[in-house]
Amino acid sequence: MAPQVKVAILGSGNIGTDLMYKILRDPGHLRLALMAGIDADSEGLARARALGIPTSHDGISAVLDDPEIKIVFDATSARAHVRHAPLLREAGKIAIDLTPAARGPYVVPPVNLGQHLDEPNVNLITCGGQATIPLVYAVSRVTPVRYAEIVSTVASRSAGPGTRQNIDEFTFTTARGLEALGGAEQGKAIIILNPAEPPILMRNTVYLVPAVAFDQEAVIASVEKMVADVQRYVPGYRLKSPPVFDRRSTPWGERVVIAMLLEIRGAGDFLPPYAGNLDIMTAAARQVGELFAQHLLGIREEAVA
Amino acid sequence: MRGPRVTDTTLRDGSHAMKHQFTREQVRQIVQALDAASVPVIEVTHGDGLAGSSIQYGFSGTPEMELIETARLEASRAKIAVLLIPGIGTRQELREAAQRGVQVVRIATHCTEADISEQHFGLAKELGLETVGFLMMAHMRPPEFLAEQAALMESYGADCVYIVDSAGAMLPDDVRMRVRALKECLSVQVGFHAHNNLGLAIGNTLAAIAAGADQVDGCLPGLGAGAGNAPTELIAAVLDRLGINPGLDVFKLMDAAEYVVAPIMPYQPIPDRDAITIGYAGVYSTFLLHARHIAAEFGLDPRELLVELGRRQAVAGQEDWILDVAVDLARAEQKVACPRSGRATDRDERSSQ
Repeated sequence: MAPQVKVAILGSGNIGTDLMYKILRDPGHLRLALMAGIDADSEGLARARALGIPTSHDGISAVLDDPEIKIVFDATSARAHVRHAPLLREAGKIAIDLTPAARGPYVVPPVNLGQHLDEPNVNLITCGGQATIPLVYAVSRVTPVRYAEIVSTVASRSAGPGTRQNIDEFTFTTARGLEALGGAEQGKAIIILNPAEPPILMRNTVYLVPAVAFDQEAVIASVEKMVADVQRYVPGYRLKSPPVFDRRSTPWGERVVIAMLLEIRGAGDFLPPYAGNLDIMTAAARQVGELFAQHLLGIREEAVA
Repeated sequence: MRGPRVTDTTLRDGSHAMKHQFTREQVRQIVQALDAASVPVIEVTHGDGLAGSSIQYGFSGTPEMELIETARLEASRAKIAVLLIPGIGTRQELREAAQRGVQVVRIATHCTEADISEQHFGLAKELGLETVGFLMMAHMRPPEFLAEQAALMESYGADCVYIVDSAGAMLPDDVRMRVRALKECLSVQVGFHAHNNLGLAIGNTLAAIAAGADQVDGCLPGLGAGAGNAPTELIAAVLDRLGINPGLDVFKLMDAAEYVVAPIMPYQPIPDRDAITIGYAGVYSTFLLHARHIAAEFGLDPRELLVELGRRQAVAGQEDWILDVAVDLARAEQKVACPRSGRATDRDERSSQ
């Protein structure tokens, strides 16, 4: 059996529970040693117990009590993570933050994961960021991007109270991620909740205004490669068509705008397949955890499952 | 019956028809005319609300904050309002608008998603603004459901909640039942915002007033998304004939429509075939120009796109779905049209007979 690193999930809600199933289905170098919540009666903790995973409803303290736990996935809330971050750091644990707290650098696996393996805390931005930043980066690595705008449309049922009460944070954080990681000079993010029944799959539109005249074939090839890279950890990630090139008037004059229509079908590990927005967060978290584990174990350049 | 408060939204809903190219001079002239005619509230924002300037919806020709400031300086009696759609605009732009002197904010969500507006109502009240909640695409849910959503907005601090017929899809009875449901459930005011896609903007506005609406919207001379809104000058004339004119100067509004707004309009919005289709299919009125643009590029009939968008239950702001549907329809047509050399499809056989 492959050597493994002990990890814990903090937060036994929908995200934490989906992540638990993802790790159990494909553990790689991760051994799930603890699922910690604050509600003894939560469905997530009950499911973990039924699967033989040690649980605690005492929040972060059980995580801190076990020195062998080296990596902690925080799927609680931004406010809770602000409190957790220094405690985890003092305890020498790596925090993979699925909340919008942003205590550590932003990480999107196929874009910059390798750069932050010595950080004690990394942040996964937002679902819209995990979905669209790879595509923005795919273009900006072949031609400079003046402006990136993304529209994320998610099923109403997949937007929990945290998202609903903090919708502005989605907008700010995603826009910053488009700039910091996507490489766009200026980023803008829009989120729309759609209550259609049956629920719609997560849909994202990425519009890019390149800074200069560009090679359309090079853009298409770079985007195709990136989609394949993301599909390695999010199998339901797909463009609905090749990039569309459309002439539009912009503040920078009449420009060829690149439009990409992205759809994400979740793996359905725990959450329903339409919730691709949540699936890409837990899939990215597992992927980031795996790479940290390999790094801790001194394994180099192993193909990441 | 008593006269409702009328908000003129030429400079916000009309921004769609203007492709968001209002200039400071136009704003100055329109605000001056509305103010002189005693219109109490004038809304000025990008058509899709604060921060709506984008590829998705169209870029503003002049930054909206400049237009808002111009309006504020020009109005002597009227209050200046802005629209904020959470998910597009944020508290950051609301703060900036308040600094420019805005007195009213209208916070709009899809009619099932009122709970994303709590933080925005909270800030608006902190800033001392008058607040209006907008339940968009209200034809898509029954009256009792809307009343629950409206009650949420009231609990967050709305001073008034509107039934918004964004698709211009409602018939007078639909309006009456929805306004009445809100009146029965809320202790704050109730409003109604019409679109003329089925030719019912004035009729529906009257139905809303009869059902107790405290506030209604208009645009000079109906300049708004889709087939436009209820013309403000017509609302004034009709209220006057009903004996419930809340103080609007009917002749001055007619003049403003005719001499100030009409000369700068790119076209007079009317229920033409595409606009009727929007009302008929129940899709967001602002899809009109976007659907025409994309239909032309893909060689499709805009009505095909609009009907399919209605079938997919598109909501406000989903202009990007128009491109999705165009890609899907164009692909489907190719599948039917291409295999002529091989086995003909059923459709080919029928059409050749």
